Amino acid sequence: MTTTPTAVPTTTAVAGGIGTSPLRPDGIPKVRGEFAFSGDLHEEGMLWGATVRSPHARARILSIDPAPALAIPGVHAVLTQDDVPGRKTCGQAVKDQPVLADGETRFWGEPVAVVAADDAETAARAAAAVAVRYEPLDALTDPGEAERQGSVFRTMHVVNGDPDRRGEVVVEGYYETGTIDQAMLGTEAGLAVPDGEGGVDLYVATQWIHEDHEQLYASLGVEPGAARIHLSGIGGAFGAREDLTLQIHLCMLALHTGRPVKMVLDRAESFAAHVHRHPSRMWYRHEADPDGTLVRVEAKLIFDGGAYQTTSHAVIANGAYFAMGPYHCESVDVVGIATRTNNPPNGAMRGFGAVQVCFAYEAQMDKLAAALGMDPIDLRLRNALDAGDRLPTTGQVIEGAFPVAEVIRSLAAMPLPDAGPGGDPRHLPGGAGLTTTAADIRRGVGFAVGFKNIAFAESFDDYAEARVTLTPDGLLVETAAAEVGQGMVTVLQQIARTATGIEQVEVAFVDTAAIGSAGSTSASRQTQMTGGAVLEAAEAVRDEALRRAGGGTLSGEGVLRDGVVVATLADVLAEGPITELVRFRHPPTTAPSETGQGDLHAGFSVAAHRAVVDVDPDLGLVRVVQVDTAQDVGKALHPAALVGQLEGGILQGVGMAVMEELRIDDGVVRNASFTDYLLPTILDAPDVEAVLIEEPDHWGPFGAKGVGEPPTISSTAAVVAAIRDATGRDLTRAPVRPEDVAGV
Amino acid sequence: MIRLTVNGIEHTAEPAGAESLLATLRDRLGLAGSKDACEQGECGSCSVIMDGELVCSCLVMAADADGSEITTVEGLAPAGELHPVQRALVEAHGVQCGYCTPGFAVAAAHLFEREPSPSADDIKEALSGNICRCTGYGAILRALTGLAGEEP
Ligand code: FES
Ligand code: FES
Repeated sequence: MTTTPTAVPTTTAVAGGIGTSPLRPDGIPKVRGEFAFSGDLHEEGMLWGATVRSPHARARILSIDPAPALAIPGVHAVLTQDDVPGRKTCGQAVKDQPVLADGETRFWGEPVAVVAADDAETAARAAAAVAVRYEPLDALTDPGEAERQGSVFRTMHVVNGDPDRRGEVVVEGYYETGTIDQAMLGTEAGLAVPDGEGGVDLYVATQWIHEDHEQLYASLGVEPGAARIHLSGIGGAFGAREDLTLQIHLCMLALHTGRPVKMVLDRAESFAAHVHRHPSRMWYRHEADPDGTLVRVEAKLIFDGGAYQTTSHAVIANGAYFAMGPYHCESVDVVGIATRTNNPPNGAMRGFGAVQVCFAYEAQMDKLAAALGMDPIDLRLRNALDAGDRLPTTGQVIEGAFPVAEVIRSLAAMPLPDAGPGGDPRHLPGGAGLTTTAADIRRGVGFAVGFKNIAFAESFDDYAEARVTLTPDGLLVETAAAEVGQGMVTVLQQIARTATGIEQVEVAFVDTAAIGSAGSTSASRQTQMTGGAVLEAAEAVRDEALRRAGGGTLSGEGVLRDGVVVATLADVLAEGPITELVRFRHPPTTAPSETGQGDLHAGFSVAAHRAVVDVDPDLGLVRVVQVDTAQDVGKALHPAALVGQLEGGILQGVGMAVMEELRIDDGVVRNASFTDYLLPTILDAPDVEAVLIEEPDHWGPFGAKGVGEPPTISSTAAVVAAIRDATGRDLTRAPVRPEDVAGV
Repeated sequence: MIRLTVNGIEHTAEPAGAESLLATLRDRLGLAGSKDACEQGECGSCSVIMDGELVCSCLVMAADADGSEITTVEGLAPAGELHPVQRALVEAHGVQCGYCTPGFAVAAAHLFEREPSPSADDIKEALSGNICRCTGYGAILRALTGLAGEEP
């Protein structure tokens, strides 16, 4: 074999490559009920865990008596803070959250103790029997009061441009958004199996096993290699699985009892266990020249972080950096504050800080258009940013594609649906209950544009590892990235196929001991990050295979020259294995200056939504008829899965617009169930038409951008704008409640 | 002790107290295909067909199911095959995380058994008790309207 390639390596056209929509490899097991989610795991001799949680928003723990629980036959352990073998606290950036309550509980639902018993029912009884004496303390639950007291996690002050610049036309507004739950369908669940040598294997549904691992082994007080995390089937995530919930608890119980321990949270507990989308209070002032040129935006944002930090520092940063939308502006002054209170902790949820501000700045843009006597779409187009422009907040020059105007124009050009609800009562607001009549319906149309960054920011060392190995039958891709349902597993196969010409690609999700971090499945980053790593690794594997065969083109049959197989994959491997491990990094970002300036973000994506609603203004009933979208996707790697992200993200935005909110009184959640926390059903789902804008990204594989979050950013704003259009009411709070629509 | 015929196979089980049919299926009979996402009858992920009726198995006391015939997602099609609704869901990309999928498959199979060519509105009514948090329902609706020979 020659050692120098004789030609530029190429690949054969391959079925199931990028740009097509192959079936997902886990689809058939899932539709048969054979796919094992983390709650489906079973191990011989396993115990069941349960958690004792604080019933108070804030209380001193006077005593914890495990005796009544231990007296129940079949109960094997009751563990508290004293039993945490290693670091007693956990958290992503700041380790401020006790693994189990440290003498004071700081939010409703905070874990106080954990138990293990022979079965789930006994474990639940044991948890109820642990005698905890609390002395309730005054809870700080008002974010405004927290700000006054200086109880904050992070204060941002983003300042840019001439502070004295003033516009002739001024609009001000105050906006609020509620606390929103991810409501992923699979609740938190996992299984910890002790290895008999002081170590433990944890099988769990999470978004980033390596981050979990760092927190886990530190709190277990073991060597990193003695705690291994394996991804198990994940029933959705949307940010809810970024922070630890039951991971350390399960491993503590398993190591303590020497038995496998399984835990599955019920829905009420799940609401208590994971973080939520930050509720927000936002004041805005927009100033423009009479021709519609936006010249100054001032904003003050308060996002309540709740009791522990989790990702509040990053969520409020996003709020501040993206506070004025994808628009030009000469002068910007944004204050963003993440408060610390005794509300349940808030953190990551799809859109991550960009959602709340979009609701406010797009309402402001409509208000400004009205004050200017301008068409709201023209106002947005007039101020639209483009690639090469500077973001008015951070001053960063936007690299890669940023087709804001094209997104707006494409969406505005889409046809609107038929004029009215028609004669079928099932198409009226309120549905077939005949609560309203077609004559009472007013239709409204609303438009909104939103954007956010992709991947991690502010100088974070963000990378993803993937390994690609040539086998006699095809390719093996190994990664620790979390497939949460979004379809990354298929996209990785497609990328490897197109890079190599080999159709047979198996994706293996491997544990923390087997490969380095893929980073988090969040920030819309895995298609670009793990996808980028797989692309580089697959190309290197291809090049080595061709080098060994003396050039040609690669395919699943082997290396071809003039259409003839000159070496099978097995022949190529006769010299030894071909395997490539790649650690992929996106272009570096910088840390922010004191005024929030810098090249803080690796890339951006923009989307717009246009909502059509039918409203009965007297009864306060809303039916979201249609939500159309245009989205900047770089390159559609898997068009069908991409549309699935748009439709799913839009419906979450619809939920936040008209029905979803966690109701919290004095720190206590009042609706922690699917009966009381309303989620959109298929009857609530609007029709969706989508235009995909494909302008290649500067670093995503084949020019692709992450697509998961933009669908959720401006869809809420568009729906509420449509309800404003139908009713003429201000509607400054999301979700919009029936009483807001009816004005009672 | 109760007797159940599940997917054509007779079982006996000893549910504890007010144990739900869902818990008996999952934890005693090893049929983990039916999922548990709310235990309140709100999400449909536990859907099974009991004596011809579509039920949320989380709301049925196992003791009350004594003597009944149950079809779960595992029994929709013979081993190694797919029920047409299962095939349609996979091929139309109606599966993302898949946690809701068994419930949708059972509810859709039950619908098509009664009504081989349902309209889009019929499909929506029939599936309104099943929550999916991932897909926004678009691909699920396309799958089933396609099966019914309807435009979505
Ligand atoms: S688990 Fe039965 S309806 Fe939700
Ligand atoms: S596919 Fe995830 S809940 Fe439906």
